[in-house]
Amino acid sequence: MNTATASADIGGHKDDFLATTRSDPWWKGWAATAIGLTVFFGYLTVRVFQGYYMWADPYLSPLVAPPLFTTLDSVNYPNAAPLKHAWLGTFPAWWPRFVPQSPGFMFPVLAIMFRMTCYYYRKAYYRAFFATPPGCAVRGAPLKYRGETALLLVQNLHRYALYGALFLLVFLWYDVGLAFFKNGRFGIGVGTLVMLINVVLISGYTFGCHSWRHLIGGRKDCFSCDSGSKTAHKVWKKSTWLNQRHMLFAWLSLVWVAFTDFYIMLCSKGVIKDLNTW
Amino acid sequence: MAQRTFKIWRGNKDGGEFKDYSVEVGPGMVVLDAVHRVQAEHAGDLACRWNCKAGKCGSCSMEINGKPRLSCMTRLNSLPEGTVTVQPLKTFPVIKDLVTDVKWNYEQNKRIAPLKPKPRDADGHHRMMQEDVDRVQEFRKCIECFLCQDVCHVLRDHHKHDQFVGPRFMIRLAQLEMHPLDTADRIPAIRKEYGSGWCNITRCCTEVCPEHIGITDNGIIPLKERVVDRYFDPIAWLLNKIRGKK
Repeated sequence: MNTATASADIGGHKDDFLATTRSDPWWKGWAATAIGLTVFFGYLTVRVFQGYYMWADPYLSPLVAPPLFTTLDSVNYPNAAPLKHAWLGTFPAWWPRFVPQSPGFMFPVLAIMFRMTCYYYRKAYYRAFFATPPGCAVRGAPLKYRGETALLLVQNLHRYALYGALFLLVFLWYDVGLAFFKNGRFGIGVGTLVMLINVVLISGYTFGCHSWRHLIGGRKDCFSCDSGSKTAHKVWKKSTWLNQRHMLFAWLSLVWVAFTDFYIMLCSKGVIKDLNTW
Repeated sequence: MAQRTFKIWRGNKDGGEFKDYSVEVGPGMVVLDAVHRVQAEHAGDLACRWNCKAGKCGSCSMEINGKPRLSCMTRLNSLPEGTVTVQPLKTFPVIKDLVTDVKWNYEQNKRIAPLKPKPRDADGHHRMMQEDVDRVQEFRKCIECFLCQDVCHVLRDHHKHDQFVGPRFMIRLAQLEMHPLDTADRIPAIRKEYGSGWCNITRCCTEVCPEHIGITDNGIIPLKERVVDRYFDPIAWLLNKIRGKK
């Protein structure tokens, strides 16, 4: 095909950046996505760097869960993750001084990797930040386009990020279980419910993941061949239901994880008092 | 009956321009009706391609108010007030006015190896269960309107026709790759010859599909995942080798 004939104003199409004849407000979705991603990922990044006000007994912020190390420096890191939650105790001496003593730099990074390589978020940030393309039938950025064939081959690590996210999910559920107990007494507080909703939304997001859907059944060509395949088909159909709502769960879980941390931070600072049965 | 203005691109591969036509429009009319009225009343030489007028032949694809759509399925009352812009598809060379040369698509189709079925059962039949073919039946809804090919920025903006077959043929490949009877190993070609890596899954193809096929989620991404199985996941690769799977 002579592709040159398919460009340069023929057909009334221009090739300038953002050129389009679309008359609808296509840019609203573009702008909303860019703002949403910036605000929520920005908030989460700042909080991970802070590493303090992450604990309001019995609530542990999901941004530091599970903590591998924690700090006892209550001056610089008030209400950091408690020592009893830290797998390996306090931060070791070799921990670089210029890196804040925040457990958010360890296991929770898996969650960031999972979202960064997620098929939905890829669409969102390719459109919002790289304009490849900014909208459908809107001319994208005049960059040399390589798709996911060169540097972005790294996106194929999504599956490994999924394995990490599944690992994290176990501990998020575990932390919700702990949030039902304070000083050994069973109870429930608003924070418990906030954390429970958080882990339910993250589960909905994780089990609707395209890689998960592939691994648990989508990779098969035959769903009727044996009993294992039939079971896989049932699980695959459930995952498909979630997958069809993957964008919804991606946003709800992102917003709610930020809200969960925000709620715990406010409780931790004493700005608000948690309503509970204890 | 009310008057409505249509801004229609007129020209050929060497150049052209938008021209305004005002025609009477009535309830239930679609853009293709209006184009035909323009032909009848103002421009007998206006070229447009159409056939079934029922959204099933995929012939009348064009860009309406900047969006790739079937003109026979786009009701005028679904469009905002004001002038309606009508253009040919951007991704393919213009022949005349609203007609583009889409033969490149048929050339891609020829490159794809047909179904290579496994041997028949002892009674001479092939058997498939419904749950095994549900997925590929979705892909068979494709009417080859090529709206997905038109909106795909890899083809539309970056002109990677030599590297990427486009969404329509990715779902054709998915249809074959996921077919319960197919025995061909298509994964190396899906990655290298057909260019699955060029798609950055921005989903415009899915958004414009008049048959509502889950092109990205059910076709392209599962193919990308199968490519990951083969080339980027040593665990899956090893398990498949042990199980003797392709």
